[in-house]
Amino acid sequence: MPGALLTVAGLSCARDGRVLFDALDLSLRAGGGLELRGPNGSGKSTLLRAVAGLYPDYTGTIETAESLYLGHRPGIGALLTAEENLVWYAALRPGGEAVSEALARVGMTGYERVVCQHMSAGQQRRVALARLLVCPARLWLLDEPLTALDAAGQDLVRGLIETQRQAGGAVLCATHQPLALADAGVLTLGPAA
Amino acid sequence: MSSPAALFAAQFRRELTAALRSLQEALNPLVFLFLAITLFALGVGVEPQTLGRYAPGIIWVLVLLSNLLALEGLFRRDFDDGTLEQLVLLGQPLFLPVLAKVAAQWCLTGLAMTLLAPLAALLLYLPAEALGVTLLTLLTGSPALSLFGAVGAALTVGLRRGGVLLALLILPLYVPTLIFGAGAITLAMAGVDVSAQIYLLTAISMLSVTVAPFAVQAALRISLEQS
Amino acid sequence: MTVKELWHKLGSPRWFYGISRPLGLVLGVLAFGLLLTGTVWGLLFAPADYQQGNSFRIIYVHVPTAIVAQSVYMLMGAAGVVLLVWRMKMADIVLKTAVPFGMTMTALALFTGAVWGKPTWGAWWVWDARTTSMLVLLFLYFGLYALRQAIPRQETAGRACAVLAVVGVINIPIIKYSVDWWLTLHQGATFKLTEAPAMPAEMWLPLLVNVLGIYCLFGVTLIGRMRAEIVEREQGTQWVRELVTGSVAGGSGS
Repeated sequence: MPGALLTVAGLSCARDGRVLFDALDLSLRAGGGLELRGPNGSGKSTLLRAVAGLYPDYTGTIETAESLYLGHRPGIGALLTAEENLVWYAALRPGGEAVSEALARVGMTGYERVVCQHMSAGQQRRVALARLLVCPARLWLLDEPLTALDAAGQDLVRGLIETQRQAGGAVLCATHQPLALADAGVLTLGPAA
Repeated sequence: MSSPAALFAAQFRRELTAALRSLQEALNPLVFLFLAITLFALGVGVEPQTLGRYAPGIIWVLVLLSNLLALEGLFRRDFDDGTLEQLVLLGQPLFLPVLAKVAAQWCLTGLAMTLLAPLAALLLYLPAEALGVTLLTLLTGSPALSLFGAVGAALTVGLRRGGVLLALLILPLYVPTLIFGAGAITLAMAGVDVSAQIYLLTAISMLSVTVAPFAVQAALRISLEQS
Repeated sequence: MTVKELWHKLGSPRWFYGISRPLGLVLGVLAFGLLLTGTVWGLLFAPADYQQGNSFRIIYVHVPTAIVAQSVYMLMGAAGVVLLVWRMKMADIVLKTAVPFGMTMTALALFTGAVWGKPTWGAWWVWDARTTSMLVLLFLYFGLYALRQAIPRQETAGRACAVLAVVGVINIPIIKYSVDWWLTLHQGATFKLTEAPAMPAEMWLPLLVNVLGIYCLFGVTLIGRMRAEIVEREQGTQWVRELVTGSVAGGSGS
C-alpha cells in the first residue's frame, strides 16, 4: 500500500514448534495506531521483533518505514549517564530533538549527569522513552511500554504516542494493560478460541 | 546518518567511558595475567636459565588466556540491557561501531598488556635484549586476538555459561599468532633477525581487521534472534 | 537439468530424500568394494617398505582418514557460506550431519598416526607439523559440535555454526602454515613423519583406492544421517507424514 508506514502481508511464523500466526496481514498509515493484545507467549513480542528486523524466521513480507523499537530491555547503558546514553543514540541516528529537550519532555530534567544504574527502574524507563524523541522515526514499535512506570509515567507514554500519531507517525504497541488509544485498532494474538 | 568517523568516535567514547566507570572489571584480566605468571614461577621453578628460556611461551600463552577472560564481557553487558539490539538496528554500517568496541577493548587488554610486558619480562627472567621484540610481537599480534576473540564472544553472548565454550571456539584461531609471537621472541633471544615474523603477525592482524567485523556482525544478529 | 535447476532441487529436502536411497546404495556398494580392495591390497599385497618394513602399511588407513578429515571441514565451510548467503535449509543439514564423521576421521587419523609412530620412531606421540595441525583441526571440529549443542534453537544454531565454520576455514591455511614454520624452528631438519617419499605404483595405488573408498563411505554415512535429519525436521509436512504412516488415506487424526 503506498504511503503506508507498515505493511505486513501473509506473515507466518512458528516458534519452538508452535505456530504463532498464520498468513497475518496488517498495515498502518500515518497517524495510525494498533494495539497488540494476547496472553503471554502468543507472539506479540515475536511479531514486534520480526517487524523491527531482529527476528528473521518467518515467511511473508514486511515493509516498514524508518522505525524505532523499544523492547523489554530498555536499551539504556547502566554505566552511563542519561545524557551520555542519549548523545550516543543521537550519534547513531541524528535528526531528532536535542537531548536536553527530550529529557525535559519525559520529566527527567536535572538527571543529565546521573549515572543510570543509580536510577530507579521507572526513571530508567523514562530515559528509554526519551530516545524515542532523540532519534527520528515514523514508526514506533513498543513492547509493553507501560512496564515499571507509575500512573504519571503511563500518562506520559500515552501522551508521547498521541503526539507521534498527530505528527504523522504510527505506533504498533504490545500491551497487557489497556492503553486506551483514541481511534486505534486492536489485534489480539493467540490460539483461536 | 552520521559520518563514519563520527559513528566510530561516538562508540569508542561510549566504550571507554563505561569502562572507566567500572575500572575494577577492566583490571581483572590484567591482574589475572600476573597471578598466572606467579603460578608459573612457582610451578616451573625459578632458576634464571629455566624460567627465562620458557618466558616467551609463558608470556604469550598467558596473554591469550587473559584476553579470553576479558572477551567474555565484551558484548555481555550490552546484550543484557538491550543496548546491543539497538546498536544492531540503528548503527549502520554496523562494522564501524563493532570495530570501535573491539578497539576500545583492545586498549584495555592488548595495549595494556604490551605496556605491562616489561614487568612480566622482569618476573620471568626474560633476557633484556629480547624485550623490544616482545613488545613488538605483543603490539602487532594482540589486535588479532581481540578481533578473532570478538567473533567468539558474539557467537556465545546469548548463551548462559558461554565462557568455556568461548575458549574452545577461539583458542584454535589463536594458534598462528601464538606460534609467531612466541617463536619470534625465542629467535630474538638467539640473536636471529625476526622481521619476517613481525610482518606475519601484522599480516594476521590486518586479515582479522578485514574478516572479523563481518563475522561479528553476522554473529551478533544471530545471537539476538534467540531472545 | 541445468545447474540452476539442480541447485534449486538440492535445496529441497523432499527431492533429496527421494534420490538419497538409490544414491546411498550406490555409494555404499562402492565404499565397501573400494575399501575392501584397498585395505586388503595395501595390508597384504603391496610391497613392504625397505626402511620401515610392514609398519608403514598403516598409512593405508592413516592417509585417507587425514585427507577426508580436512576435506570435510572445507565442505562445511562451503555449506556455511551457502547457508548464510542463500539460506538453504539443506546446507544446515549438511553442516550438522558432517561434523561427527569429520571428528571421528580426525581422531582416527591421530590414532593411526600414533600407531605408525610407535614402531617406526619409538614414540606414541610426536609433535610434528601434520599431527599438530590435525590436533588443532580436531579442536575446530569440537568447537562446531559444542556450539551446535549449546544453542537450543535449531535455525540459530545452524547459522552460528555456519559463521564459525567459515571463520575456521579461513584460518586453517594460516594455522597450517604457522605450524609448519614452528616445526622447523623447534625440530630443525628432522624427517617429516607423515610425508611419504616417492612411492612406486604398487604402493600408492591401493592408497588411492582407499582414499576414494573413504570418500564414498563419507557419502554413505552423510546420506544416512541426512535422511534421518530431514525426516525429523520436516515432520510437520505432508510428505513426511505419508512416509511415516505409509499410506495416503491416513488414519483418523494424528
